[in-house]
Amino acid sequence: MLKATIKSLLSRKLRLVLSALAVVLGVMFVSGSFVLTDTLQRSFTDLFSSAYADVDVSVSPKQEKGKQPEPLTAQAVEDVKSVPGVASAVGNVQGSARAIGKNGKVITTSGAPRFGANWTGNGQEKIRDGRAPQADDEVILGAYLATTGGFKVGDEVSVLTLEPKKTFKVTGVYDYAGGRESLGGELSMAFTEPVAQQLLLGQKDAYSSITATAAQGTSDEALRDAVAAKLGSAYDVKTGETLAKEQADQINEGLKFFNYVLLGFAGIALFVGVFIILNTFSIIVAQRTRELALLRSMGASRGQVISSVVLEALVIGLIASVVGLGAGVGVGALLATIFSSFGGTNLELAGIGVPMTAVISSFAVGMIVTVVAAVMPALRASRIAPVAAMREAATPDRPLTKITVTGALVLAAGGTALGLGFAQASLPLIFGGILVALVGVALLTPVLAKPMVSLIGRLLSWSMPGLLGRRNSSRNPRRTAITAAALMVGISLITGVSVVLTSATKSIEKLASGQLRTDLIISGEGQFDGQPATFQREVLTQVEKTDGVSAAFGWASDGVLQGDDRMFAAAVTDVPAMKSMFALQPKDGEIAPLRDDQIALPEDLATEKGWSVGSTVTLQLAKGEPRTFTVAFVWLKSQVLQGALVLPESAASSFRSNQIGQAFVQVDQGVAAADVQKRVEPLFADNPEITVQDRSAFVKQTTSQFDTVLLMIQILLALAILIAVLGVINTLALSVIERTRELGLLRAIGMRRAQVMRMITVESVVISVFGAVLGLLVGLALGVATVQALKDQGISEIGFPWATMVQYLVVAAVVGVVAAILPAIRAARLNVLDAIAYE
Amino acid sequence: MSASDGVAARAVDVWKTYGSGDAAVTALAGVSVDLEKSRFTAIMGPSGSGKSTLMHCLAGLDDVTRGEVWVGDTKVTGLKDRGLTDLRRDKVGFIFQQFNLLPTLTAEENITLPLSIGGKKVDREWFDVVIETVGLRDRLSHRPTQLSGGQQQRVACARALVSRPEVVFADEPTGNLDSQSGAEVLAFLRKSAHEFGQTIVMVTHDPNAASYADRVIFLKDGHIVRELLSPTADEVLDTMKHLDAPDFEHSAVPGA
Ligand SMILES: Nc1ncnc2c1ncn2[C@@H]1O[C@H](COP(=O)(O)OP(=O)(O)OP(=O)(O)O)[C@@H](O)[C@H]1O
Ligand SMILES: [Mg+2]
Repeated sequence: MLKATIKSLLSRKLRLVLSALAVVLGVMFVSGSFVLTDTLQRSFTDLFSSAYADVDVSVSPKQEKGKQPEPLTAQAVEDVKSVPGVASAVGNVQGSARAIGKNGKVITTSGAPRFGANWTGNGQEKIRDGRAPQADDEVILGAYLATTGGFKVGDEVSVLTLEPKKTFKVTGVYDYAGGRESLGGELSMAFTEPVAQQLLLGQKDAYSSITATAAQGTSDEALRDAVAAKLGSAYDVKTGETLAKEQADQINEGLKFFNYVLLGFAGIALFVGVFIILNTFSIIVAQRTRELALLRSMGASRGQVISSVVLEALVIGLIASVVGLGAGVGVGALLATIFSSFGGTNLELAGIGVPMTAVISSFAVGMIVTVVAAVMPALRASRIAPVAAMREAATPDRPLTKITVTGALVLAAGGTALGLGFAQASLPLIFGGILVALVGVALLTPVLAKPMVSLIGRLLSWSMPGLLGRRNSSRNPRRTAITAAALMVGISLITGVSVVLTSATKSIEKLASGQLRTDLIISGEGQFDGQPATFQREVLTQVEKTDGVSAAFGWASDGVLQGDDRMFAAAVTDVPAMKSMFALQPKDGEIAPLRDDQIALPEDLATEKGWSVGSTVTLQLAKGEPRTFTVAFVWLKSQVLQGALVLPESAASSFRSNQIGQAFVQVDQGVAAADVQKRVEPLFADNPEITVQDRSAFVKQTTSQFDTVLLMIQILLALAILIAVLGVINTLALSVIERTRELGLLRAIGMRRAQVMRMITVESVVISVFGAVLGLLVGLALGVATVQALKDQGISEIGFPWATMVQYLVVAAVVGVVAAILPAIRAARLNVLDAIAYE
Repeated sequence: MSASDGVAARAVDVWKTYGSGDAAVTALAGVSVDLEKSRFTAIMGPSGSGKSTLMHCLAGLDDVTRGEVWVGDTKVTGLKDRGLTDLRRDKVGFIFQQFNLLPTLTAEENITLPLSIGGKKVDREWFDVVIETVGLRDRLSHRPTQLSGGQQQRVACARALVSRPEVVFADEPTGNLDSQSGAEVLAFLRKSAHEFGQTIVMVTHDPNAASYADRVIFLKDGHIVRELLSPTADEVLDTMKHLDAPDFEHSAVPGA
């Protein structure tokens, strides 16, 4: 039996290559994700262990829940120095510092931090050029920052810190061992200690951390315990090794999430792969019906027939897994290299490794997917009565009732899971529901295939080749359906996401034109490191005084803790101005300026917490002891301001930053917002991270992030669609083989090569467009369901991405044409006489 | 030189060799023949004598190794794929032994297929005549799977005729049919030649089938070795028997 299996495999190798390719691509995605994240994780681990290589023990302020740690004092540094066994101890100052480039724009990174420090002279930094900073207006730059910004010793550089723009003279440039420009793509600089303390911590004689080295003969652990004993419980004392591990773990946690996302998309690609393999095996089994029946009539048992097909699947799965794993290692390595050299991270890669998880998951996934896809056709093959199969090789048109009923049930189950998932906000249920629903629709496709294909085909069948192509595509509804369903999966997911994002955009736009009565919005650009940029209160006062401004208010924001609950709080400068610009309506109490011990909150938050006007609430702000506030008013649910506590302006002094994060401006009646904008903008000359936008620009900026999300998803789903295209090619290639004699006949009676190609192309386009139409419909349904479920989260409008949907349809048609190229050429090249004689 | 008046297709010293070197097989060894218009010609000969090869070469389905082939005024030899395709579509009709029809098309669509491929209009009058003659009026909307073997062959005949080609080639058109259905098809072919002036060339193994023809050409080892005009089935059978005799080596080629 094994021999027969391998023989039949080899005789059909070309047909199997395409379906194996589907597995290969899926496995490649899986193993590539593992290799990429593994490489990056090890690289980051290396990065931090080299960053803390010189640190034996590190002291930092104890992190208390919800509170910003108090900086360390100069006394603490002295205390550490006095501990026996300490060879040296240094106070470090570190905080956000962003340099402004020569083009006047703030220099950004793609994730790596931008910070300033005090120049201690005894870290790992080595002066490459110039000298250390000595005066208050001097700075030394990290080599990577110097290169990125094009700064040289003697240049001037402007820097944003806790304080607005300040200009320094570059006295030197430093790098790291081996001439490395940065440890991991960070942009750093160092000042004299007093300047660093003032700009980065906002406090004199304060330090962010203390690093100590052990004297000869003292172990790191012993030193850690000695320092901890000396300083008491208000400090975190760790060995450098622990610190490195903790920081690497933190990044690696993020990478793990990234890995899950990639694996999710790999899963979708494999899911699509299952359709393709299922189809290939069905076709192969159908073509081999006679052969299998012969085996049966020669005494092979049903089990043997099943195992011969499954064995085939195992062999294909094994080969595809090996190839996929190899390709995945290549892709993972490539992506890691791109990440380190082009991603602006300048990360030194640890060697590319193949983690065990990659190997195990590749084989597990590759083999399981293939075997699962082959089992159904195998079962069917075993059920064929030998005599019936010997008589007629062609598979009779089996009725579609069973598959349709099953499909409806599966779809219903998926829909229910999806509904429950939304209700319980459970992601696994939502995703599971979507996948199950997609399977349900896939099972329903054969029934839909006939009417829909003939509808789509009608548009393309103005000539005889077109008509033949259309007839061919509805010849085997199951095959057409599975092929189209594979394409449907990718398109429906993209369409669903697209519907949600369009609806979100539309909701925001409606909100902005309806309830948001502000003309200008002042906000800081989002940053990867730390918080969004803020600006000084005095600037807001100047804005208020600007010609043409009728009212302006702003807020400082921060997270606050109520018990164990973290909430978002805004310390608002002018409650009445906010009331009018946000069109807030009171539900309870009167919307009026808050006293220092009062807060306000929205209706839903009040219901959730069970608070009402007069309730007392204890909040832990970032600084100081917990404070008790009384609820002064509750406002009616508003889309503009939801989920946030409003605190009195004075509370901002206990926030991590007392500065204004966002401000809103209303202009005088009859005055053009653009004119006022021109007058307001110069006030922020020293705050290049702050932008002043009119309402529509603000909306555009807010919604433009959706485009990025959509693009990312499109890129990640591209593989699933690519696999679906392979499926179309596969189906067509198999059809061409099956219909060799027909093609020969057509050519014999005078069909030109170009006409043959057109016929195949029409068939291909019909299948692809059918898949796309299904995908669009299912995607719309998914999208609308999601939007309905998110109604309470502020997506109040439903928007349909018509233009995008038309694009997908066009892409599908193009995909159809492209997929047809090879099969069409093959069909056109057939030798007429051989084709007619083909058995 | 061209196929002069009265000749629908002509082979001039046609050689056809398959393969090369030791494995070379000469299927046609210098065949020259004129096939007159409006005549029903049968080609006979032992298996492997080159009947199908000759027909394929005449019909532009295969190229010749040496010599020339003409269909009507068109010199077939030397035509490229496009020219050959158009020749087959416009000037040649085909009836194969089996698998003549496309399963996705109805009988009517199959019949008019060469016309619709060429984007030509169906001559309704002629179509009706053809349908009437083959007796398929009530089967036009059926799919091939819904037709018997004889009906399928009659559809194929109708398709071959409907575009009024220069020549209709039929390779053992009755090979798969019972004698009753076969007789119907043969009668129809003879009628097309005599009443509609259609030139028909048929390859057959069956002396009885050959007896429907106006002229029977005998092939052996790639040579034309004999021919009979309007023979009876017995005469054909007799000639075939002599053909098998070893001494019958292209001794007489009358009427060539
Ligand atoms: N494609 C080919 N390759 C090699 N040899 C071929 C090919 N086609 C035909 N032949 C050979 O050419 C010779 C003539 O074949 P042809 O098919 O014309 O015979 P035929 O008279 O039609 O026989 P039959 O009555 O069995 O159909 C045979 O010897 C055959 O083996
Ligand atoms: Mg033959």
